Amino acid sequence: MKRSTIDLWVGIFVAIGIAAVTFLALKVANLTPQSSDSTYVIYADFDNIGGLKVKAPVKSSGVVVGRVSAISLDTKRYVAHVSLTLDSHYQFSRDTSAEILTAGLLGEQYIGLTQGGDETNLKAGDTLSVTSSALVLEQLISKFMTSFGEKGGDSHAASAAK
Amino acid sequence: MLDTVLSPFRHIGHLTVNAIWRLGFACRFLFAVLMASGQCLTRFGLVIREIYFAGVLSLIIIIVSGLFVGMVLGLQGYNTLARFGSSDALGALVALSLLRELGPVLAALLFASRSGSAMTAEIGLMKATEQLDAMGVMAVDPLARVVAPRFWAGVLSMPVLAALFNVMGILGGYLVGVVMIGLDSGTYWSQMNNSVDLHFDVVNGLIKSLVFGVAVTLIAVFEGYDATPTAAGVSSATTRTVVTSALVILALDFILTAFMF
Repeated sequence: MKRSTIDLWVGIFVAIGIAAVTFLALKVANLTPQSSDSTYVIYADFDNIGGLKVKAPVKSSGVVVGRVSAISLDTKRYVAHVSLTLDSHYQFSRDTSAEILTAGLLGEQYIGLTQGGDETNLKAGDTLSVTSSALVLEQLISKFMTSFGEKGGDSHAASAAK
Repeated sequence: MLDTVLSPFRHIGHLTVNAIWRLGFACRFLFAVLMASGQCLTRFGLVIREIYFAGVLSLIIIIVSGLFVGMVLGLQGYNTLARFGSSDALGALVALSLLRELGPVLAALLFASRSGSAMTAEIGLMKATEQLDAMGVMAVDPLARVVAPRFWAGVLSMPVLAALFNVMGILGGYLVGVVMIGLDSGTYWSQMNNSVDLHFDVVNGLIKSLVFGVAVTLIAVFEGYDATPTAAGVSSATTRTVVTSALVILALDFILTAFMF
């Protein structure tokens, strides 16, 4: 059996295919570290997670240090139980606080970690105690409306008393 | 009198029964092709030859259409996203729409009209000129010698072509978004990186294209093998290949999307 030009072209075709899949895998998709030895999981409970989704980034000072791996509802205390998978390069102190932030006004929500002052670090399986919930726009507006209404009512009453 | 009233209904009934008949025959045909595929492994040169005709010669049309689809996505996506002040998300929009839907579907449609029709015409003409019968006389199984290599070539080529279509589309979007409109190049790639997941988007897209590859190639070789062995028969079989493939691809795409995403 002799080598022919068709073999060359099919070889090029296969090489292009491998190159395309590699490009899609490395340049287009994000390769999250899957192995358990390079990551560790901690938990955080929130009263309200707003629009937080699984795979949302976990950032500290704006640097992505991990991702949200699972979200569930704790039916004993009725709080949202969020699992955070963090890169084991990044260690945080035990009193680290977590808050749910929004990228831009209408952007995706992510978790921001703020380092605390404790000297012992978080271990895998620990739960963050200091958390603050997502800012829900409707609640904010309704709060604003109530306080605005009260203020308006007060001034109206004052002018009536005069 | 009654006959003229009933004949349209009889016609519909005939078409339905015929369609189901052919569906059953196509399933048996797929099974027979799979059973006859053993020879493809020992004589892989046949498959290589068919990959050249089905895959390599489709490269140009896949590259050019991928580029243009990506460029159109870039332009339209930018116009819409800019209205909401989120033109940064262009990279994510282009990549996700290509990887999940447009890449596999459009590549499969192009493949069906470029290579599927060619396969049908070739096999149909072989049947019309009695080459398949001649092989049978020489104790060569036409399924193993003619049909199976074409089938496997199509199945193997389809994911490669779809992946290439995706890459060209993303580059086309880059060309319009970054080079022409002047978005930030880093934002384009990083937004894409953040929203595209390897397993969820890339691998599911490849699975889709593999399924389309099986469907399109099976339809193509089946229509060729089943064609009426006349000039008009081959012509109508080729038409049926393109039409049926297009409908089957779109229907399968809906089902697969419902399953995957």
